[in-house]
Amino acid sequence: MNFTIEPLGDSALLIYLGERVDIELNRRTLALAAVLRAATLPGVRDIAPAYASICLQYDPAAWDHGGSPFERIRASVSAVVAGTANSDAMPLAAGGDTCVEIPVCYEEPYGPDLDHVAAQAGLGRDAVIARHCEAEYRVAMLGFAPGFPYLLGMDPALNTPRRASPRTRVPAGSVAIGGSQTGVYPRELPGGWHIVGRTPLRLFDPGRDPAALLTAGLRVRFRAIDAAQFARLAQ
Amino acid sequence: MSITVVAAGMLTTVQDLGRHGHAGWGIGAAGAMDPVCLRLANLLVGNAQDAAALEIVLRGPRLRFAADCRIALTGAPIDAHCDGTPVPMWSPFYVPRGAQLSLGNTQHGALAYLAVGGGIATEPVLGSRSIDINAGIGGAALASGDVLSVHGHAARPAAVKWSLDPAPWFDPAAPIRLVAGTHFPRLDTESQHRLFATEFRISSDSNRVGFRLQGEPLALREPLELVSAGVVTGTMQLPPAGAPIVLMAEAPTSGGYPRIAHVIAVDLPSLAQRRPGDRVRFTRISLATAQTRYLERERALSALAQSIQQRLQS
Repeated sequence: MNFTIEPLGDSALLIYLGERVDIELNRRTLALAAVLRAATLPGVRDIAPAYASICLQYDPAAWDHGGSPFERIRASVSAVVAGTANSDAMPLAAGGDTCVEIPVCYEEPYGPDLDHVAAQAGLGRDAVIARHCEAEYRVAMLGFAPGFPYLLGMDPALNTPRRASPRTRVPAGSVAIGGSQTGVYPRELPGGWHIVGRTPLRLFDPGRDPAALLTAGLRVRFRAIDAAQFARLAQ
Repeated sequence: MSITVVAAGMLTTVQDLGRHGHAGWGIGAAGAMDPVCLRLANLLVGNAQDAAALEIVLRGPRLRFAADCRIALTGAPIDAHCDGTPVPMWSPFYVPRGAQLSLGNTQHGALAYLAVGGGIATEPVLGSRSIDINAGIGGAALASGDVLSVHGHAARPAAVKWSLDPAPWFDPAAPIRLVAGTHFPRLDTESQHRLFATEFRISSDSNRVGFRLQGEPLALREPLELVSAGVVTGTMQLPPAGAPIVLMAEAPTSGGYPRIAHVIAVDLPSLAQRRPGDRVRFTRISLATAQTRYLERERALSALAQSIQQRLQS
């Protein structure tokens, strides 16, 4: 496996597997993050995978035994990554084959940008909904806000460049399209993606265990529901 | 034991050393903006360094104590009175049952920390009591009428004649040292020079998420399209408009802007103590030197912790 390790300031580092948004690269990134978590290196505060890189935060004081802490932890991380590359038994990403179904109401007033996406794609509203629900997605990473999933696997016909000026308030549960990706806003947030529908599910609840409904690596599908079902599920 | 908030101050929050281990779910660490002053305040009341305490921004709260208690104030110098008696900073102070602690304005610097013997005992969320305002985790900033519970703690009145020297731990005007970020070489030559040769100001739309810097804009040699990757507290990002942003305690977990530099961990408190409009100059050091400075600071804090413990016991 090709990788590079670079410092991210004096208390973190980034392990890069590539610079592309790509499902296979992302799968290997998530698997490597799981291996690094299991390696329980000393002084590691956090290990967070993104699309094709992993951010590892550490306490330099735990690597203070002669020589630069960064060089020492880099050597240890390199050994873990290299060991993984030599093994055929790359573990499955978190979640494995679990598929989470997310009910979405695409009706007014929940999908204010559905017409824009449809016009951009040269499709009718129903065709956009059908294509959005037909695809199977992978959670590539969570970020931007707690529990916000970046989903890969959208039908390319639905690609829509982001809004020129972001909304200051996107309602919680909004399902949106930004470029080639789709995602769900866990709470009311500012946002520049096109809103095509809304789910009654809570993607993030700090009082729940686990707090985030989704984890990187999970499979996700959307299922269209009507406004009455939305109201029932939202209770 | 509990504390009643009589008046909340400008922005008073419960903070500890943060919520670690959840960045993979988009959950940032948050925690104290000036973690060193939080640790020192805790040490002065005999708490663990990572206990929860109050972070006070610019104008402090008025608080009523339901039981005898030991407190300590560190960070920005702030007007403080306990039922009319001036409260010294950087020193343990005994508050009798029923007393009201009135905190005024910080005289310079932005952040004061108030630790209470036993530690604030709000309900932890995901392993931390830190209030992450932007992410909406751990509650909201204090409001008048709130009641904060405090872990049990036996305080006895004792006249303390010593205080810490704040000089090594509080300096809201020092130059801020940076290590280069991955995309520093992608700045044009003039911008590489400008980052260290000119002065910036903390913009008024700065907050616990990030400090925006006003100055002569910086520019890349050519536009850079990046795939989102991890960022941390201290990361200096450069959005297209050219005004850098330093991510602070409530840093997001990932970002797609070029990472031109990082504030070294040792200098984050000094940056955090600046107010909107304050000036900041940056100097550049190597990663190896930054980590050496960090190890030195941690050794100094360990030695100080031991000496405080001995003085509290005598």
